[in-house]
Amino acid sequence: MIDLLYSEVEDDLRAGVRAMLADRCPADRVLARVEGDEPYDPKVWRALATEMGLAGLAVPESRGGAGASWREVAVVCEELGRAVAPVPYLGSAVVATGVLLTLDDPLLAELAGGARTAALAVPFDTAPGSVPRLPATEGGALSGEVRGVVDAATADILLVPAADGLYAVEAAHATRTPVVSLDLTRPLCDVALDAAPGRRLATGELATAAVEAGLRAGAAMLASEQLGVAEWCLGSTVDYLKVRHQFGRPIGSFQALKHRLADVWVAVTEGRAVARYAAACLATGDADTTVAVGLAQAYCGPVAVTAAEECVQLHGGIGFTWEHPAHLYLKRAKADAIALGTADGHRAVLASLVDLPAAGPPH
Amino acid sequence: MTDADGLRDRVAEFLATHDHTAMDRVEFLRARFDVGLAWVHYPIGLGGLDAPRALQRVVDDAFAAAGAPDNEPRRIGIGLGMAAPTILRHGTDAQRRRFLRPLWTGEEVWCQLFSEPGAGSDLAALATRAVRDGDDWVVTGQKVWTSQAHVADRAILIARTDPELRKHAGITYFLLDMTAPGVDVRPLRQLTGDAEFNEVFLTDVPIPDADRLGAVGDGWRVAQTTLMNERVAIGGGALPREGGMIGVLARTWRERPDLRTAGLHDALMRLWVAAEANRLTGERLRQSLVAGHPGPEGSANKLAYAALNQQISALELELLGGEALRHDDWSKRRESSVDFYGRSATYRYLRAKGNSIEGGTSEILRNIIAERVLGLPTEPRVDKDVPWKDLPK
Repeated sequence: MIDLLYSEVEDDLRAGVRAMLADRCPADRVLARVEGDEPYDPKVWRALATEMGLAGLAVPESRGGAGASWREVAVVCEELGRAVAPVPYLGSAVVATGVLLTLDDPLLAELAGGARTAALAVPFDTAPGSVPRLPATEGGALSGEVRGVVDAATADILLVPAADGLYAVEAAHATRTPVVSLDLTRPLCDVALDAAPGRRLATGELATAAVEAGLRAGAAMLASEQLGVAEWCLGSTVDYLKVRHQFGRPIGSFQALKHRLADVWVAVTEGRAVARYAAACLATGDADTTVAVGLAQAYCGPVAVTAAEECVQLHGGIGFTWEHPAHLYLKRAKADAIALGTADGHRAVLASLVDLPAAGPPH
Repeated sequence: MTDADGLRDRVAEFLATHDHTAMDRVEFLRARFDVGLAWVHYPIGLGGLDAPRALQRVVDDAFAAAGAPDNEPRRIGIGLGMAAPTILRHGTDAQRRRFLRPLWTGEEVWCQLFSEPGAGSDLAALATRAVRDGDDWVVTGQKVWTSQAHVADRAILIARTDPELRKHAGITYFLLDMTAPGVDVRPLRQLTGDAEFNEVFLTDVPIPDADRLGAVGDGWRVAQTTLMNERVAIGGGALPREGGMIGVLARTWRERPDLRTAGLHDALMRLWVAAEANRLTGERLRQSLVAGHPGPEGSANKLAYAALNQQISALELELLGGEALRHDDWSKRRESSVDFYGRSATYRYLRAKGNSIEGGTSEILRNIIAERVLGLPTEPRVDKDVPWKDLPK
């Protein structure tokens, strides 16, 4: 059976990322940033990608990366979720990197080094297995609109699937319109291309496989991010229930509240096993990866949403304020549950993978 | 020597000198115990080799591959899973030597005399009395929900030895001979119609002081070892995908396209995902145990497993529709272990109701998780510092 635990190296990695985020990305700073002009935090990204060298964690050393695996990337995603860190890690270091790992292109090394970032130009709710494409190029130029692209606002490069292949487009050649996004800490962009010059990276089945691989890596790593979101929500609620007094008692001593947190803990504990399984399968190219990733998204998305909803409710009035960071986690959790396919969509895919077909037409 | 290859060599060497086809089964198992190949993580001299627990599978597989008889672990689960770790941890050398070998070989079947009619979730309120009488204790009281009592030779028992103390302090742990005078076992019929469990009435039952486990008054602490192992045993179990109750439902779904609806499909897939998550959690728990880091995941696994079994078996009835109005058998069967799969869907639905009650109710498990894992404060307790005899009953 595949290893579902964390290695010592992974524990060390987690401690390093957590310490950096505690120092440079505390909740009050994240909250202060969300209404500014620059929702992403370039200093945190530099610390993560360049100083700590984590942008190319899953990329082999021979291709300019750190030579670790998706297991370690998953640990980073957990910590980024725990901090709702406003950095383009999922879009660039996971999805775009996952696309480029399938291809042979020097752009991968640039992303791995953290010098540049890229975004896959598909709507953020695109699930693995379905690739929306722009029309074919005309004279090497791309035209069309893609709504709701993640991590495109700060990207240097857009990876654009078109009918005649996968293209790399300098982001400067695109019009990027910020979306007023549900998720304040990971805002989306609408991307418009008007005869933008593109460099063809792949065609045909290879292009499809590359995009598919990027989305699949994204869905797997998103489960770990969701785990991190859920862990923060659980931990902060537990802490609050120990100190908040009503009726002369800490409210955490009331069984009605305790039981709700126990249920969240159970869900988080199960989510950890599921997210680890997806990361481990992806890291080893296991034959069960497609099932593991579908399972991870079908399970961990709702876990994060439940944890965030319970966090808001059990904090009472303070949890409903803008001042308290709980809403950042609620918005991230709900957006994540739609990103890269909904739980319902993933369950439908699983149904065909494990031979549990839907009902036929009524007779 | 105690790595996987070393153990395979030891098994091969043992089999070369012990022909299971020619030997008496019990003699064969005793010999296996004596060379340390019973439970390899137990100490040398007590059936083990002080080897990592993970290597037990290597030994079991090697014996199974040779077609050797095993100790029928399902039949002696309470002994193996609960009595043995408690005796190992809290017993004297003499007790370990006396009890562990016949426990492991299955010569002595064990049962657990903990719950009482007035002490279920609040186990520490138990009222069964043990009174010192020379070298013996004399025990009187009533125990309930005892699996295997009708076939057991021995029991782990907790009883009150000092009612003047607060309830947790006045309890002592004993190893009872079920053939002692005054032990009366009566079947307890449950809502499935079966009598899988028993009530055990104890009337002036003598227990030698030598069969006391741990110090007088330390029984509550000793019992924690038993209870922790019980939850691991109930929640655990390495299963393949669809190895549990979900497999039955999935099979029916595949074989009966006529029963499918969109609503049922949605419910089925939600449960399939939850069951697979629960299975992976069990696997992760097992890996933690093997790595020597027993975590609190056992409680999570048991809690989720109980809810899942109930939901899956309920959906199976809904899927079957009118066919689920027929039950297989209400007769008072005297089963000593649960067979979820050999019975009708209605049996599964009804028996699964016990999963959230036996081995700690789901509500008590949530308290344990909230207080011991999450560190939330306890409810104000009115019973904690009151002598047991003064508690309202």
